[in-house]
Amino acid sequence: MTTQTTLQPAAPIGVAREGNWVRRIPWTLIVFLVFAVVPWVGSRYDTFLAEQIAIDALFAVSLNLLLGTTGLVSFGHVAYFGVGAYVCGILMKTYEVPFLLAFPAAGLGTALFALVSGYFCVRLIKLYFAMLTLAFSQIVWAVAYKWNDVTGGDQGLPEIPFPDLGWMSAIPGLGDLRTSDQFYLLALAIVAVSLAILRRLVRSPFGRVLTTIRDNPERAAFIGVNVRAYQLAAFVVAGTFAGFAGALYGIFSRGVFADYVFWSKSAEVMIMAILGGMGYFWGPPVGAAVLVWLSQKITAYTEYWPFMLGTILLVLLFALPGGIVGGLAALWTRLVRGRRRA
Amino acid sequence: MAASFLFSQFMGGLTTAMFLFLIASGLSLVFGIMRVINFAHGSFYMLGAYLAWQGVQWLHPTGAGFWLATLFAAVTVGLLGAVIERVFFRSLYGREELYQLLFTYALVLILGDAAKFLWGVDQLSVSTPPVLSGGIEIFGTTQPLYTLFIIAIGPAIAIAGSLVLSRTGVGRLVRAAQLDREMLDALGANVGAIYTGMFVFASFLAGLSGALVTPIQSIVPGMDVLIIVQAFIVVVIGGMGSFWGTFWGSVIYGEVLSFGILIFPGFSLFSVFALMVVILIVRPWGLFGRPL
Repeated sequence: MTTQTTLQPAAPIGVAREGNWVRRIPWTLIVFLVFAVVPWVGSRYDTFLAEQIAIDALFAVSLNLLLGTTGLVSFGHVAYFGVGAYVCGILMKTYEVPFLLAFPAAGLGTALFALVSGYFCVRLIKLYFAMLTLAFSQIVWAVAYKWNDVTGGDQGLPEIPFPDLGWMSAIPGLGDLRTSDQFYLLALAIVAVSLAILRRLVRSPFGRVLTTIRDNPERAAFIGVNVRAYQLAAFVVAGTFAGFAGALYGIFSRGVFADYVFWSKSAEVMIMAILGGMGYFWGPPVGAAVLVWLSQKITAYTEYWPFMLGTILLVLLFALPGGIVGGLAALWTRLVRGRRRA
Repeated sequence: MAASFLFSQFMGGLTTAMFLFLIASGLSLVFGIMRVINFAHGSFYMLGAYLAWQGVQWLHPTGAGFWLATLFAAVTVGLLGAVIERVFFRSLYGREELYQLLFTYALVLILGDAAKFLWGVDQLSVSTPPVLSGGIEIFGTTQPLYTLFIIAIGPAIAIAGSLVLSRTGVGRLVRAAQLDREMLDALGANVGAIYTGMFVFASFLAGLSGALVTPIQSIVPGMDVLIIVQAFIVVVIGGMGSFWGTFWGSVIYGEVLSFGILIFPGFSLFSVFALMVVILIVRPWGLFGRPL
């Protein structure tokens, strides 16, 4: 992959400054604000797209905590998304539990499930790990598909209610929004907070240990790191946030269906992470945005979206293994260097 | 419960099992050698089914038409396997398994849509070849000749395959490649050719099983992703890379599914997945496999 950038001479002061003014712009804040004003400036369809992107971004980042940060190839991450969606959906629809309780319950349920399944998964080496995660996700699918009384079986759980957002209408400026738009703002805020937490986590000493484990698990064990415990912790955190994403998605799409948990969905979120770039925190959100946008644009022209997705994936695997953000970073480095020479 | 009922339940399970064995044996071979879960194996199976249908249309479904079409389908899929291995897969061997997994998934997406584009989304079906269209009476149940034929073909392939692996020079090379690719390479064997050969053979088996399933099941889009999960379970239960393991894995899968429906209706699907999880936890290399 991109091995030629591993040993770079330190950039001269001029270059560092050039890089700095770009870095000093609070990009995340700008993106968040752009997303936040969508209900006012955009159409209903724009809000729909933005909400889909925000939720998928959280889902993809949670996967990347395993994939990119810890080096665990989970092929069943959709299981946790699904458990979150079902727990929240069942509580809100069947038992009429308010969102304020149902949403944390979804996270808790997913965390417990991730703890139990992850306990077994992290004992296995690479490919077996992928297989066991896939197997667990298929169990979730089988239960969702067949347990008619609770999950609605192949009919799913349609018409999950929106949370009670009356309090939001009391806030000046938000009162005249549609309920779906108010929920969008709530979802966006939850996603933003979740991403901030995950960002802190990846940068924390805990995150550094995870990266060490990814790069060299034997060495990590040798210096006294309990590799399995750290991997399990990463697994539970990743699962919990996937569960939050799933809970939001169930309300957003007004229903939870067994299709959400089918194994091919795990591949889709993996494609998002890789398309954006697994090596970067903001890679997966970029991948989610590009993929959601492309799928909307392309399905307007042709029904052969999977074919296009497969082709994108091929290009990615053979020509751009660092993903979009990786490619842009390499390009940026080259531009800055080129200017220095000139 | 009447004995004849149990027997027909057993035969149903066995038919499922032998079909799955045809498909899963190829998946298991590819895994055993290349250490890749080939998600596209189900797509090869689906292409085999469509190509067999196409062959029957061209040749008219009389006499030997079905068998020629089956051969045509299996060979074409085998050739496709050769192209895919030579052009793409080759450059992925040194890369992380994530890239290999996703590459085979890209094939699933592309081949699935290609089949939709070429043959549409309607159900297609092929009639049973006239030679095997009857049935015979066993234990008071009527068993179609065609399913008996499938039940016979499974063990035939298993025995032939294990004989080739254990008795011939090619088989020895294949087993050596399973154990230590680099060493075999250093000893001067053409490992690249072995890999291509195995991939082609596995694709051929997938195409063959896809063609043979057409008289029993209708051909529909989506059959690729459904079958790959089942084949995957079978291979995990029996042991990835183990030929006989895959055979017994298929039998266990087929019978658990078939009798599971009687014991917990609605949850037989759950029971096979649960079985897979338990086996992965206790013996990740499967009942008959060897640890990596």
